Amino acid sequence: MNFDKRIKVVLAKPGLDGHDQGAKVVARALMDAGFEVIYTGLRQTPEAIVRISLDEDADVIALSSMAGSHLPICGKLKPLLEQAGLGDKLWIIGGNLPAQDHDALRALGFKGIFPSSSRFEDIVNFIRKHAP
Amino acid sequence: MKPKDLPEKALRPVVNESGIEIKPLYTAAEVAASGGEAMLGLPGEYPFTRGIHSLMYRKQPWTMRQYTGFGNAADTNQRFHYLIANGQTGLNVAFDLPTQCGMDSDDSQAEGEVGRVGMAVDTLRDFEIAFDGVDLEKITVSLTINGSAAILIAMYLAMAEKRGYDIAKLRGTAQNDILKEFIGRGTWVYPVEPSIRLVGDTIEYCARHAPKYSPVSVCGYHIRESGADPAQEMAYAFCIAKAYADDVIRRGLPVDEFAGRLSFNFNCFGNIFEQVAKFRAGRSLWAKIMKEQYGATKPGSMWLRMIAGGGGGGLTFEQPELNIVRGAYYALICALSGTQTMALCCYDEAYTIPSEYAQRISLRTMQMLIEEMGLSDTVDPLGGSYFVETLTNQMRERMQAIMTEVDEQGGIVKLVAEGAIQAKVSAQAYQRQRDIEQGSFRKVGVNCYRTEDKAPEMEFHPYKDDDARAQVDALNRVRAERDAVRVAAALARVEADARSGANLMPAIMEAVKAYASVGEITGVLVGVFGRYREPVRF
Repeated sequence: MNFDKRIKVVLAKPGLDGHDQGAKVVARALMDAGFEVIYTGLRQTPEAIVRISLDEDADVIALSSMAGSHLPICGKLKPLLEQAGLGDKLWIIGGNLPAQDHDALRALGFKGIFPSSSRFEDIVNFIRKHAP
Repeated sequence: MKPKDLPEKALRPVVNESGIEIKPLYTAAEVAASGGEAMLGLPGEYPFTRGIHSLMYRKQPWTMRQYTGFGNAADTNQRFHYLIANGQTGLNVAFDLPTQCGMDSDDSQAEGEVGRVGMAVDTLRDFEIAFDGVDLEKITVSLTINGSAAILIAMYLAMAEKRGYDIAKLRGTAQNDILKEFIGRGTWVYPVEPSIRLVGDTIEYCARHAPKYSPVSVCGYHIRESGADPAQEMAYAFCIAKAYADDVIRRGLPVDEFAGRLSFNFNCFGNIFEQVAKFRAGRSLWAKIMKEQYGATKPGSMWLRMIAGGGGGGLTFEQPELNIVRGAYYALICALSGTQTMALCCYDEAYTIPSEYAQRISLRTMQMLIEEMGLSDTVDPLGGSYFVETLTNQMRERMQAIMTEVDEQGGIVKLVAEGAIQAKVSAQAYQRQRDIEQGSFRKVGVNCYRTEDKAPEMEFHPYKDDDARAQVDALNRVRAERDAVRVAAALARVEADARSGANLMPAIMEAVKAYASVGEITGVLVGVFGRYREPVRF
């Protein structure tokens, strides 16, 4: 872990899901933990998430998904992130993520999976431990 | 220990979510100190604290209207008939996100989302299928639609007309509350000002052509879900309702010609007495606003007609079976509060789209209150309780103070456009989540009484990519069959009316009747109005 600079997190709301209470609350928790957080707002396409992550030189790319489309979204995002050279960044996802989908999300490169009811502390500690 | 045995100051202080201190005992003295019975009255009489009708559920129990919709119109039609066969008395339609955001099922941004969280709608054909066999006079239909509401209201009216109903007599509701979408829920399309104009267009059009239809259901619900406390929930909803009313009045429509069709949607999770007091206080405050500020004279214009029973923010992912019990308390709160319609949360909805089984449990919960528990026998059964009357007065005062604060800060439209309300409630949501994690705000099964036992198996709602492809194929068939010249002319009129400032509903009605799609009509309007840009503020 690099102690010279603050860990920078791009927190994105992919797809059309408008439930942003959780994303905004987690953004505040990450800021309070000392991370720099760029919250994208709603309805980000995979292409936009890649562009923002590059522009912001993100260490962590975090998604929030509440409306069930996490697998198709992550499936589209993975090759785009890799092509953009962001494969070595930490990818995490939170939201309404049924346990039966967790293996598929891990296989798509999402190392941290934080379903509804996850605690701030666990998200923060995971990022501290795994951020490049 | 009885309260008199212990000095009150030695007790742990209790403050409700709206910031009101709760005493261990209430007497007539507390009622008097809070304003007495000045705003009480009788049910069916101004200011309607005790209910908008004199006999309430004794005459007609609340409408049961579970929120339903998924896949395509045929799937949803099947679930509608299941619920009606099980005693449901109204429908409450869920639409998928592309429909809610004004996109067609073949839009690149719709990929993976078609039919996922609600029914996919592209053209009038989908509405014809969805409501096939449903008696629209017996079963009233509520459309949970906002950003694309003008189009879907037009589709509903056109579908009913086609089936031979007289739209001048047709009842039903659309959510169509765009200002709260900017605060929470997020299915906006256009910038704030044209979005309000569209809401005004629907209210004005319905007042003139479909006067029994409720074109707007103003939602405190989602503002509460986004972090507002119960008093803020109702106060912000009233500020929003006033913004729509002001827009319509500026067009020259007298208040009594439309206010009677404004309706509301409120949340009910949290402290039972705070919720009941909120509903009772809100009823009288809204009546007072309509009478004193708007000069309404018809009682119907002063009625706070509402749907309640949802409270997703109170349900838990942990020990989900406990949500059945929470749902039963939600229904009790609503029945004690005199709500007109209930859409009760389902125990599995923290996980998935509710199963038929979960929907039936919610339906039976409401039926139990009526059939077994006596909740429909007596109007406003908590009326006259020292505690409830005091709290009702205090909640009303708190709501008024919040509304005054909004006005002093420049009004709700400005505060929403700037993202100020969003930032405020989001900060509160963060604080509440911290309180839950630290244990100072108790949630059973979450921060106390946890169990390591395995949760019961959930039946996850299936999602099939094939259904999305079938929906796109169906859309393409409609496009091939329809009269392209008529569609082009109708869309040109939508554009012209959007530019001229004319009421857009007649043009949108003509476009949907020509089978123009949700995405096509929205695209034309975006060309004129532009798209909303979300202010991200912390």
